[in-house]
Amino acid sequence: MSSIASPAAGSRVVVARGPRPQSLTAGRIGLYCFILVTAVYFLAPLYVMLMTSFKSMDEIRLGNIFNLPQHFTLQPWIDAWLHACTGLNCTGISVGFTNSVIITVPSVILSIAAGAINGYALSFWKPRGANVLFAILLLGAFVPYQAFLYPLVRVYSTLGLFNTLTNIITVHIIFGLPVMTLLFRNFYAGIPMELFKAARVDGAGFWRTFFSVMLPMSTPIIIVAVILQATNIWNDFLFGLVFAGRENLPMTVQLNNIVNSTQGERAYNVDMAATILTALVPLAIYFFSGRWFVRGIAAGAVKG
Amino acid sequence: MIATSTKPVAPAATETAMPPAVALSPDEASVSIRDLVIQYGALTVLDRMSLNVGKGEFLVLLGPSGCGKSTLLNAIAGLLDIADGEIWIAGKNVTWEEPKDRGIGMVFQSYALYPRMTIEQNMSFGLKISGLPKSEVAERVAKAAKMLRLEQLLKRRPSELSGGQRQRVAIGRALVRNVDVFLFDEPLSNLDAQLRAELRVEIKQLHQDLGNTMIYVTHDQIEAMTLANRIAVMKGGIIQQLDTPEVIYNRPANRFVAGFIGSPAMSFLTGTVEGGAAPRFSANGLTVPLDRYDFDSTASGQLEATLGARPEHIIVGNPASGTDDGRWLWLDGKVRLLEPTGADTIVWTELAGQPLTIRVTADQKLKVGEQFHFALDLTRLSLFNAGTGVRL
Repeated sequence: MSSIASPAAGSRVVVARGPRPQSLTAGRIGLYCFILVTAVYFLAPLYVMLMTSFKSMDEIRLGNIFNLPQHFTLQPWIDAWLHACTGLNCTGISVGFTNSVIITVPSVILSIAAGAINGYALSFWKPRGANVLFAILLLGAFVPYQAFLYPLVRVYSTLGLFNTLTNIITVHIIFGLPVMTLLFRNFYAGIPMELFKAARVDGAGFWRTFFSVMLPMSTPIIIVAVILQATNIWNDFLFGLVFAGRENLPMTVQLNNIVNSTQGERAYNVDMAATILTALVPLAIYFFSGRWFVRGIAAGAVKG
Repeated sequence: MIATSTKPVAPAATETAMPPAVALSPDEASVSIRDLVIQYGALTVLDRMSLNVGKGEFLVLLGPSGCGKSTLLNAIAGLLDIADGEIWIAGKNVTWEEPKDRGIGMVFQSYALYPRMTIEQNMSFGLKISGLPKSEVAERVAKAAKMLRLEQLLKRRPSELSGGQRQRVAIGRALVRNVDVFLFDEPLSNLDAQLRAELRVEIKQLHQDLGNTMIYVTHDQIEAMTLANRIAVMKGGIIQQLDTPEVIYNRPANRFVAGFIGSPAMSFLTGTVEGGAAPRFSANGLTVPLDRYDFDSTASGQLEATLGARPEHIIVGNPASGTDDGRWLWLDGKVRLLEPTGADTIVWTELAGQPLTIRVTADQKLKVGEQFHFALDLTRLSLFNAGTGVRL
């Protein structure tokens, strides 16, 4: 106890000194319980999927979905990657993985590039009607994608680009533009105007200022943008289904085909393995981006 | 009130060593602003302003925030669209030129260094864009770095530098451009008091060494007084007075300038002025003889007026020490409040029922509530028309 306690014998008056004592209140305990339950609730499906994917079909038929596998096997994973059938093709989900990479990489790079240039131009060059332009662009983020499907199909078939790689990539760029522009515009709005003025006095033009001054400062927001766009585009199903074409179906669409087109007995273990494989890329992004991911959520929150 | 273009003042106290305080013709000016109009939407910030800055002159634009001083500087730099008028730099009409083609270098309040470049890259960025050969770029950067004592810092990033060093780099970036005119936009406002004083001296030294034309925006009157050859005191987009620091301080053109310049501020007494053979100012039982006052205008009859007295132009002591041929007007008052500032103490008292401040040295032992004697210097008073604020 404190050496400078109250002289009054018997009455235990504690002098307030130093850090305030921590106490475990009922509210705290309730909060922890809630967090625990929530975590179990969300992790349980993942656990079941993982366990199922390592079991043989014989073991799955016993129905003990929470049990650990008795005979651990990787065969379902190999089947899912290389041999699972979508209709008549039995080449596994690896084809979809390759397609998704081919679609995602250029879409992410180009949509971020377009958003960065847009945001830069809107923040610093302030062209006439910049705010109106920006408002219209943002409006695009709030219109349901379904409303665009038919018109876009018509446009692309008229151009002779329907169901090509160009088709799906440009669609991703167009629909990524509003949020990317918003993200970069807000980021550049926080950079002092004087920096831009200094570059102009130094004789740097539109592109020189962008590439030499602004872009090198944009690393934090570019990371956020990559997280947002990579997960969004990888997870996309609707656009992939409609615009990618049979040759370029992304992993998500291929997964759906594998799971839904099986004849006869359902290979649950293969389905689970294929699903986890598909989810692995966004999962890895979430895990490795750490604090950047939180910023991404905060920045993405504005999109509503 | 509207003393827009160079005012041909011809009072006795206009003796300056450095460039002319007299009217400059636009042709011999280094920077010439002609009928400049700047508008933000419907708001007119500057209305038909004209201003000539001489070659090698250090002009300070001084005023409270929102007076249009930074706007004017940005317009000279070409960073702002103007509505009307012309801007000439070094005899060339640059109204439609890009900032880089105007022959200016600019230093900003927030330093505005490129954060991802080293100090060397920061200073050479503009030169590289202009396509100068590498050897020439290196030579100019080295020269500027030597001048500003930045040689040891060339490989560092701006974030590794202190505020004072960053601002020196920003000055260096303007320096390497080899331009005729330097523009400073409140360059010292982000620094602490000590660094500000140091860098102020450096800028003054730089001006003496280089002899370039410099236009310097600030709201700090100490900076203005110490650096300027001429000060343009601005308010509401209008130049209130354009003159040497001495004239601005001693003969403020209007009440705004008088109140804005000087710290602690000038005390003002309202009353009436009577002209004629023996002019005098009277307020509330106080009568101040004005036969030693140098009138700008010949006032006759009675006029509502404001009398201004600077705290440092009032002495405290004993009337027995004399009136020095009527230069001193002895009065007495009661100490209301004391503000010790170290070297000096500011004494608050009342005169004719109106507050008055006096600056005394710290060794004057005055106590609050004490009666004491003080004397106004009748040769250094300022009188303004109470209605228009213009100096009488």
